[in-house]
Amino acid sequence: MTMPEPAYETKEICSVTRLLMSPSRQNSVPTLPCALLLPKNYSVLSAFCTEQNVNQCTSYINQEMGSLGLCGLSVELCAGGEGLTAVPALNLMYELLQVNRRSQRALEELENQHLRSTSDLEHLQHGHTRLKDQLEYIRRENSGLHEGERQLQLKIKTLQSCLKSEKEEVQKLQSIISSRATQYNHDAKRKERECTKLKERLNQLLVDKRDKKLVIEVSNTIGRSDGKRGLWKTGKAEARHEGEMYTALLTDYEARQRSLMVENAELKKVLQQMKKDMVSILSPKKPVAKGAVPEDSLEQVGSDAEAEEEEEEEVCESSRESLEQSCEQAREQLTNSIRLQWRRLKNHMERLDSQASLAASQERERDGEELISRRVHEEELQRMRLELQQCRDFVQSQQQLLQQQLSSPCDEETAALLNDCYTLEEKERLKEEWRLYEEQKRNFEKERKSFTDAAIRLGHERKAFEDDRATWMKNQFLNMTPFVDRKRPAKSASTSASSLGAEPEAKVISTPAPLTKSLSYSAFNTPKAPIASRMPSTADLYRTLRLLPDNSCTSGSGKRGGQVDSSSVHSSGDHSTAKSRQRPHDSSLRSHTKDLHSPT
Amino acid sequence: MLVHGMVTTNQSRSTATSLPKKVVLSLDVSNPFNLPPDDLTCVRNPHNTGLVSFSTMNFSEVFKQTNQLCRVSPDGKYLATCVQYRLVIRDVNTLQILQLYTCLDQVVHMEWSSDSLFILCAMYKRGLVQVWSLEQPDWHCKIDEGSIGLLSSRWSPDGRHILNTTEFHLRVTVWSLCNKSVSYIKYPKACQKGMDFSTDGRYMALAERRDCKDFISVFVCNDWHLLRHFETETQDLAGVEWSPNGCVLAVWDTCLEYKVLLYSLDGRLLSTYSAYEWSLGIKSIAWSPSSQFLAIGSYDEKVRILNHITWKKVVEFEHPATINNTKAVVYREVEKRPTIPSDDLSLQQISMGNSVFNSQSKYEICQLPVQVPTVQPDTDRANPKVGISSLAFSADNRYLATKNDNMPTCVWVWDMQRVGLQAVLEQASVVRCFVWDPRRPRLAMCTANNKLYMWSPAGCVSVRVPVEGCFQVLSLLWHCSGDSLILIGKDQLCLCYMETEQQS
Repeated sequence: MTMPEPAYETKEICSVTRLLMSPSRQNSVPTLPCALLLPKNYSVLSAFCTEQNVNQCTSYINQEMGSLGLCGLSVELCAGGEGLTAVPALNLMYELLQVNRRSQRALEELENQHLRSTSDLEHLQHGHTRLKDQLEYIRRENSGLHEGERQLQLKIKTLQSCLKSEKEEVQKLQSIISSRATQYNHDAKRKERECTKLKERLNQLLVDKRDKKLVIEVSNTIGRSDGKRGLWKTGKAEARHEGEMYTALLTDYEARQRSLMVENAELKKVLQQMKKDMVSILSPKKPVAKGAVPEDSLEQVGSDAEAEEEEEEEVCESSRESLEQSCEQAREQLTNSIRLQWRRLKNHMERLDSQASLAASQERERDGEELISRRVHEEELQRMRLELQQCRDFVQSQQQLLQQQLSSPCDEETAALLNDCYTLEEKERLKEEWRLYEEQKRNFEKERKSFTDAAIRLGHERKAFEDDRATWMKNQFLNMTPFVDRKRPAKSASTSASSLGAEPEAKVISTPAPLTKSLSYSAFNTPKAPIASRMPSTADLYRTLRLLPDNSCTSGSGKRGGQVDSSSVHSSGDHSTAKSRQRPHDSSLRSHTKDLHSPT
Repeated sequence: MLVHGMVTTNQSRSTATSLPKKVVLSLDVSNPFNLPPDDLTCVRNPHNTGLVSFSTMNFSEVFKQTNQLCRVSPDGKYLATCVQYRLVIRDVNTLQILQLYTCLDQVVHMEWSSDSLFILCAMYKRGLVQVWSLEQPDWHCKIDEGSIGLLSSRWSPDGRHILNTTEFHLRVTVWSLCNKSVSYIKYPKACQKGMDFSTDGRYMALAERRDCKDFISVFVCNDWHLLRHFETETQDLAGVEWSPNGCVLAVWDTCLEYKVLLYSLDGRLLSTYSAYEWSLGIKSIAWSPSSQFLAIGSYDEKVRILNHITWKKVVEFEHPATINNTKAVVYREVEKRPTIPSDDLSLQQISMGNSVFNSQSKYEICQLPVQVPTVQPDTDRANPKVGISSLAFSADNRYLATKNDNMPTCVWVWDMQRVGLQAVLEQASVVRCFVWDPRRPRLAMCTANNKLYMWSPAGCVSVRVPVEGCFQVLSLLWHCSGDSLILIGKDQLCLCYMETEQQS
């Protein structure tokens, strides 16, 4: 807070205070008193308050206070009519200061807010421009893509046209090829015909010419390789040839059939063997399966199969005999039975599969356990044995170790060492605790120190405030006595102020509402009444004005008083600055003071 | 079959001038850890742990021949060779000259009759065929085909008739040696294999072309009676081949269309098979000796095997450039030039012609996968060098050997029992010829150098033919007993005798 220099004019002060006060109100309120006061009081120096208008001033100030919302506080004239009662004035001043501070804080906040909002705005603007750029970029990209698409479309079109033309060409070429092929075929045929014609002609020529050279010279003819004589070409010979040909074919087919029969017989044998094997495999398994899963749905199939099997067995027996005859029926029966057996085997396999899975799922159950194959069982057993052995080894080694330990405590040295160890450990722990405690203590000390510092600072502030107030008072005082003797008018001023006390009442009558309001507020502030009732005397005033060292001395000696003051300030602050933010430091400080009081 | 072992070369010289020199390579199996000399290398099949057969290989001296005309008589007793216009008959075992005939001109074609009594020598340029008798050296027969010109000549299976195909495939003239009669068969078709006799020699199938349609005539060879004559469903018939049992006739279409037709002896169409369309089709065909399988090699580098019951495809053998079949063994021939010692230089220079072709080589078993060298065929020209050009079943029906034309250095051996690849023989140079032993499952190969290569399930062997001078094996011919092999060079030939024993 900056107080105006004493050399400054009141108008300036007024304006300064106006500025320091809430800036929102400056345009309306403060001009009014000036307008009111100017014609009356200002002769040489346009002071706000003169000795003549103390009452008006006080009432005006009260009114203003009321308008400011500080109705509970009012400036009162002294009983003697001289000067003002210090406590309300101070309170008022304090309230004003509070208001001022609050407003300043608000201003700061607003400024911050403003700054923040401006920065936000800037940021937003930035963002906006950036987005704009981005938009522009995207637009450009989009247009580029559009262009690309267009080009691609164009390309597709050209390619399509190309394809079309190619297709057409292919078709053309194909037609050409086909026409060429037909032409070629035609030509070939023509040529061939010509060729045969020529050949024919040549042949004719040869026949006609009776080629002399065409001879065979054999010294003497030889017999046929088979030693027989050549036969005449007769129908009989032809029939014989046909017969021979068919015999040859027949023998070939017979040979082929024989080989196929042999193959067939072998395959049949294999089938028979397979069937026998299947029967032998399946039949002993039956009772086991029955015993294992009596409620199995497959059992029905099994029983059915069994019935069929019995049936089949008979058929089998009969078919076995007829197998050699290889009649169709027997073959059918054989294949059927094989098929049946195969199906049964498949079923069995499936059942085994399902059982295996069942066994896997419920290993604990006996049914499952039974089904576990011997190999798996053995493996498990082996594994468990191994585990057991390992466990035994482990236990043994542990026992050994324990024995060693048990045997070792006999010598006392180790015991002592162990004890030492324990004590050392205890010590260590204690040390740790001690260290913690120390740290805590130090923290407390630090807090305390900070608190005292804060207290001292408060004292200093208070002192400064007192000083300020003193100087202000002095200024006020000096301003009030602009004449030659500055000591006396101070008294007269105070007296005049007190004497004027009645006069403002008459003046105030015109505006009674604020007064009553103030009164009611003062009535409300009952706890402060005794303080307010203790009206400072002129001597007090003098002392505050002149005897500063005395005041400082009292403030310095009374640390407790200072504390009380601060607390009182806080308590009053609780009332006045209910809306203003309570700084957390203050509260913590307060709590610390409480804490500190208890140990000391 | 040969196994690891020491080889000792014994040269036994016979005193008789007619008897040729024999170079004997004998194997000593008692010491298998000795490395074989440069003459012979062998590699055992790593998969085979069964029987091991070994043999002693004796090589004869070389003697002259022309036009690679060298035939062993069907009874296996005689060896006929032609040198210019002379026909020489030797004993196969002793190589002694038994008969010597002089023809009118340089012989182009020579063939034994089925009863080993007569030999046919054809001189196509002159249109002449001369027949000689082994029993009666004085006996002589000369057939003049006249002004029309001769294209090919062959014996009929009975050994008493000669079938001459005249120029332009105008006709087939059938000459009888029994009664000097002559008969003509008109319209024979000019194609890959237009004529085939059944194995028993009873029937002849002849492809004919009349009115731009293909026909097949089946003749009874005994009296040239036309048994059946039927039209085939082919565009342009390429060949006919009887099944070994003589009951089924396989007919295949031109390479422009993949089509195989199977006819019964009585002319019924048994089945038709076509693997694909719109691409070059069949290149070669082979019946298995049991008539159970028909192997079809095609331009798509695949062999398809048909069965004899349903005539459907049983399996398809591909010839990939990268072999990663773990069951197959890939033998690669690795050549290494012999380092010539400086003091041997003069000697080497003398036998320069020898050393050029006498590079050493050995087989190595390759780690899979193996990249097989391929040749990019020129597809713009006719008959591109791609596809399966030759197929051959072993005598026991167990193995099938194939050669893919765009992998000319490789012979593929397939196991028909396991129906999969058995071995791949990657040679250093182009394979000229591969022939199965008529008795045993072993394959002889040559690659136009001085080496003989053989494969058997037990392993692979490469033998340098121990003859002096330049001798490149161009063609191979087995003796019907499977005990000897004739190596035919450009104008020389050499016999290799194998004394095979079986040992477990």
